[in-house]
Amino acid sequence: MSTFYFIAFLSIFFSILVITAKNPVHSILYLIVTFFTFTIHYILMNAQFLAIVNFIVYMGAILVLFLYTLMLINLNKESEPRKSNLVKIAGFIGGGCFLMTILAALKAFKVSQPVILRDPNLGLVKNLGKILFNEYLLPFEVSSILLLSAMVGAVLLATKDHKTT
Amino acid sequence: MQTLTTNIQAIPINHYILLCSIVFSIGVIGVLIRRNAIIIFMSVELMLNSVNLLLAAFSVYRGDATGQVFVFFIMALAAAEVAVGLAIIVMIYRNTSSVDINVLNRLKW
Repeated sequence: MSTFYFIAFLSIFFSILVITAKNPVHSILYLIVTFFTFTIHYILMNAQFLAIVNFIVYMGAILVLFLYTLMLINLNKESEPRKSNLVKIAGFIGGGCFLMTILAALKAFKVSQPVILRDPNLGLVKNLGKILFNEYLLPFEVSSILLLSAMVGAVLLATKDHKTT
Repeated sequence: MQTLTTNIQAIPINHYILLCSIVFSIGVIGVLIRRNAIIIFMSVELMLNSVNLLLAAFSVYRGDATGQVFVFFIMALAAAEVAVGLAIIVMIYRNTSSVDINVLNRLKW
């Protein structure tokens, strides 16, 4: 039980470090650690498929893409833009008000039952695959079209325009 | 694995909602206080991930695997979004040699 609270503390701690780190590369490394703690959360819930997918897709693919982009555009600490303190305080107040609203709604809700895993093979690959390819076959195929169009769009956007150069 | 999953038995669902809303709010604050476009993008990823965790928690809570299928679709969508968004950021950097979002305020008019 205390494992959950320790990992939850680590998630919040590293996600605060993500938005406060001055160097963007450090920020990305903290984001990797944050996603790793989310993977541990999935393992604790016995959602093994989601844990593996989170590990491979987020930590393996998306964050490597972020790192490569950051190295490509060569940011360093001096070029990091500064924001005035007034905007920062306004941002903290806005986010804090948002959090307070959710917490007040949660307090009014007043239901707190424990999360109990009734079916131990709920999040296994076999069970999820059966649901994905029976009930959700059409959204699965549509998401493949989405990924294809995103790939075409990314290649089209990132290639140099030869008419202007 | 069995000893790991027995740890979760006594966590109230409220604590999951609390954790996910705190991480989501940190993402919102990150979008508001940073000016580097890549950091803003990473904050959006943080928000997406907190919502994913809450969907998985409710899926376990209700004993319904649909929530985890939905998380899978959100992950596919996030991958597509990151690919297109980073291509746009690279293109902006090539045109203005900066990723400061205040340089882009010409989009306002």
